[in-house]
Amino acid sequence: MATRVLGGPDSPDAGAALGGVGGHVVARPRRMKWPYVPLGIIAVFVLAGALAPFLSLPDPQAQSLRTKLRPPVWEERGSWANPLGTDRLGRDMLARMVWGSRVSLAAGVVTVLLASAFGAAVGLVAGYYGGRVDGALMRMTDATLSFPIILLALILAVTVGPSFTNVVLAIAVILWARYARVIRGQVLTLMELDFIAQARIAGAGGWRIITRHLLPNTFNTLVVLVTLQIGYVIIVEASLSFLGAGIPPPTPAWGSMIAEGRDFVTSAWWVSFLPGIAILLVVLAFNLLGDWLRDTLDPKLRQL
Amino acid sequence: MSTTVLDVRELRTHLVTRWGTIKAVDGLSFTVDEGETLGLVGESGSGKSMTCLSIVRLAPRPAAREAGGRVLLDGDDLLAKSAREMQQIRGRRVAMILQDPMSSLNPVFSVGMQMREPVASYHGLRGRALQEKAAALLAAVRIPAPAERLRAYPHQMSGGMRQRVVGAMAIAAPPRLLIADEPTTSLDLTIQAQYLNLLKELQQQHRFAMIFVTHNLGIVARMCDRVAVMYAGRIVEIGAVRTLFTAPRHPYTQALLASVPRLGAKQEQLTAIDGQPPDLATLGAGCAFAPRCAHVMERCRVEAPPETAVGAGHQMRCWLSAR
Repeated sequence: MATRVLGGPDSPDAGAALGGVGGHVVARPRRMKWPYVPLGIIAVFVLAGALAPFLSLPDPQAQSLRTKLRPPVWEERGSWANPLGTDRLGRDMLARMVWGSRVSLAAGVVTVLLASAFGAAVGLVAGYYGGRVDGALMRMTDATLSFPIILLALILAVTVGPSFTNVVLAIAVILWARYARVIRGQVLTLMELDFIAQARIAGAGGWRIITRHLLPNTFNTLVVLVTLQIGYVIIVEASLSFLGAGIPPPTPAWGSMIAEGRDFVTSAWWVSFLPGIAILLVVLAFNLLGDWLRDTLDPKLRQL
Repeated sequence: MSTTVLDVRELRTHLVTRWGTIKAVDGLSFTVDEGETLGLVGESGSGKSMTCLSIVRLAPRPAAREAGGRVLLDGDDLLAKSAREMQQIRGRRVAMILQDPMSSLNPVFSVGMQMREPVASYHGLRGRALQEKAAALLAAVRIPAPAERLRAYPHQMSGGMRQRVVGAMAIAAPPRLLIADEPTTSLDLTIQAQYLNLLKELQQQHRFAMIFVTHNLGIVARMCDRVAVMYAGRIVEIGAVRTLFTAPRHPYTQALLASVPRLGAKQEQLTAIDGQPPDLATLGAGCAFAPRCAHVMERCRVEAPPETAVGAGHQMRCWLSAR
């Protein structure tokens, strides 16, 4: 491993030359520096969300009109009873943001996992079988991509009523198409490589080739795409909650918190501003993590 | 008299494209015996690879149509098998080695992981015994330190080494028929020679029949017992290597052999065959080689010549044989 001929069969380039499929983390030790900042931010929010019931915070839904719109502790009228202040109904901002991170992260992760599983399956099947199957599935994908997520979610909210499940479904029902497109493209290049032909000759059937040969070779792409899209989904969920088509009150969600505060941003900025900062931090952290994963797993994925 | 392993009769594979139907394999008949090697030579696009793929029923879909004929492997007609039965036959009774060693192994699994599959399915081994059998197969294809190599990933191996691994997987079963589609084209010369010797040795051990596809007539002379020359989806001449190389009868074979440079010959330029290989979509009724043939006659342009015997085990398709 110590000395290598550049571009020789042993070099990491040789792996990458195989249609960008051989990206092994081990092959680039200098890239192993961990992205501490994004991981740290994500860890803080994940821990806060996961441990919310044990944090001895005030009840996020307990109203107290006498202490409404109390500013954060560092402001003039602030108090340690509500370190980040209170909202219009006197509910504790810190508690609401901690509980809100549960909603945002859960929505992000669940949606993206649903969408990626379905999208990857469609992409693999379309790329592997080709022909009419591919044509039909890709037209379906195109149709899906042309449909605005917000509109679908609004329709769902109006007809079925807003709920966590509906938000997740509305986003996932559209989002899978991106995975299908990217994975299909990659499967098409993989199909040209001899190891797929070799697997067929060795007697492997369609299911075996898809699960053993194609899926593992698209895994890097999937991981990168999933990470990058978690941030996107959090924003969409927040937008929906902001519009009132997302997580219904009184469940604390960052998007609806911003919406509730917008009438008095001039007098009580913290009600909208603090959840906004939370969204910013989480999305930024996921994007940075996604970029790092992309560069580390496979430099060929730069265009994603 | 050795037994016939593969008996191909009037095999036809058509490619249905937007520009019309292409007869990629057009009425091919040949046999390969146990322990024998048949060379398949011809220009690019003459149907060599398509023939190989048709035998294992893996011609590219949806364009390819099996348009007739029989492929008898030890008497079983492969063209009559169901898709499931074919899966059982591939990798057990027929194995194949492809051209490009750089992409013939799955880059995300170690060599051991990939070898485990065929070995486990054929020998029914698991755990330690499986590991040992895989290592033994690697040792059989002359890979040093096989037990350690099982843990290596394809990108950590050289082209020659990977091609050996493919060879090891091919003999895991051991097959009755091995199809080698230009297995050494992308290897450098010394490695080529080693690999060819290895294939020969494996063949002597396991007595499989072998079809060896190549452009390289030198390799044919060294590897094969018989050789079939393909042109435009047909075998134009087939016979023992020695006969064909010393006394070729078909004008195309003659031209092909004349184009090989000889050591010591004082020649400024290589002899080339005039003209282009025919466009298979617009092939007429006559002999496909007629437009480029030095001995072309009136009859060649209107009527395709049938296969005729011109010696012991030596057939060709040319009107010249009638003289």
